[in-house]
Amino acid sequence: MEEAGAKPRKGVSCLCCICDNRKAALKRPKTLQQICRECFYEVFEEEIHQVIVKNHLFRPGERIAVGASGGKDSTVLAYVLSELNRRHNYGLDLFLLSVDEGITGYRDDSLETVKRNEIQYGLPLQIVSYKDLYGWTMDEIVKMIGLKNNCTFCGVFRRQALDRGAALLKVDKLATGHNADDMAETVLLNILRGDIARLSRCTAIITGEDGPIPRCKPFKYTYEKEIVMYAYFKKLDYFSTECIYSPNAYRGFAREFIKDLERIRPRAILDIIKSGEDFRISTSTKMPEQGTCERCGYISSQKWCKACVLLEGLNRGLPKLGIGRSRGLDNETEKREMKGRSSDGQTRSIESKQCGTLDF
Amino acid sequence: MQLTLEFGGGLELLCDSVKIHNVSINPENGVGKLVMKDLLSWVRSNLIKERPEMFMKGDTVRPGVLVLVNDCDWELSGQLDTTLEEKDVVVFISTLHGG
Repeated sequence: MEEAGAKPRKGVSCLCCICDNRKAALKRPKTLQQICRECFYEVFEEEIHQVIVKNHLFRPGERIAVGASGGKDSTVLAYVLSELNRRHNYGLDLFLLSVDEGITGYRDDSLETVKRNEIQYGLPLQIVSYKDLYGWTMDEIVKMIGLKNNCTFCGVFRRQALDRGAALLKVDKLATGHNADDMAETVLLNILRGDIARLSRCTAIITGEDGPIPRCKPFKYTYEKEIVMYAYFKKLDYFSTECIYSPNAYRGFAREFIKDLERIRPRAILDIIKSGEDFRISTSTKMPEQGTCERCGYISSQKWCKACVLLEGLNRGLPKLGIGRSRGLDNETEKREMKGRSSDGQTRSIESKQCGTLDF
Repeated sequence: MQLTLEFGGGLELLCDSVKIHNVSINPENGVGKLVMKDLLSWVRSNLIKERPEMFMKGDTVRPGVLVLVNDCDWELSGQLDTTLEEKDVVVFISTLHGG
């Protein structure tokens, strides 16, 4: 803990450039300013308040679920939203929503953290699990599909699980802790994969307004480093281990690159987001159209939504179904395969697991 | 020189899950000066029991690992050139995990 009378180290007796009074504790990557703890709390919280107000993220009286994993971003988000809600009278009813993917040694520990957050912040908690919703835990899925493409399954299932949980809580919106670093990584990922449809949507601060539950990202312009420093100085309780299945994720490469970039020119992160926002798709590019899934009614640009395709693959023992690029704009070939024939032409009888309803 | 080293954000897993280490380090050069660069080297050789690439990249910490000396960002004190003094507390926090 810092004391007011701490002797300044040789060469580091710089004062906060905002208050010019207290000793500087960190250098903000966003602005390269050297500021003290108290001024940091103020600018950090004020900037997020401005993002919320300028982008009209919330309306008074709304019920908002905070996607809470127990990790640094969601814990800080829950803390800061609570605080700003009180301070600025947003008039919101806040809840914590957690998804249990069934990853032993990772999710069970982080859920303990969310349960503590429930008490610490006084926000009601709802947990939804893959087992209940789909009949499969991530551990079971990985056993079937191996260690590749795990994030594809998990990400798709989690998106719907959050919508399900949000419906149970009867909330109007979902707030997630995606930060500036995440956004920049996503822009890069979509460029690296040539995913034009996602590229045009991924920087939006509010998404899914035409779906079951709109979502917003109050931390869109907030640097990961600042979130961690805020949590550290305020001694916020969060869980911090990498998902055991993530080392093979493609996102890791984009992340490595962004981190290296940040070191040389921290502003690059916000600039990449800006580039993402300002991309315009040529009018001659064919874009997928949005419809609804024939099986469950969820929004989808194909005949079946991704979750239904993946689930079908799991239940029929076809782990590659829905993985990899389908060349056309619909997945007719995938549907034909799903109608009972596996890739080697033989019909297989695999015991189907009971899956919950996905009706929307 | 007595120092307290703390590992957070998952880095403790590289050091046998011990978060706080009280260590005694003898500065290499005769002047008795210890800089962060030397400390990092020492940590990698003596405390990191597995996957050193998660902690360091080249001469410095892996991008995404924050370093605090007495609760101050090491970017303010010269990063690798930061001089360490008796009883200093150095904290390493990784930001590279889910949020």
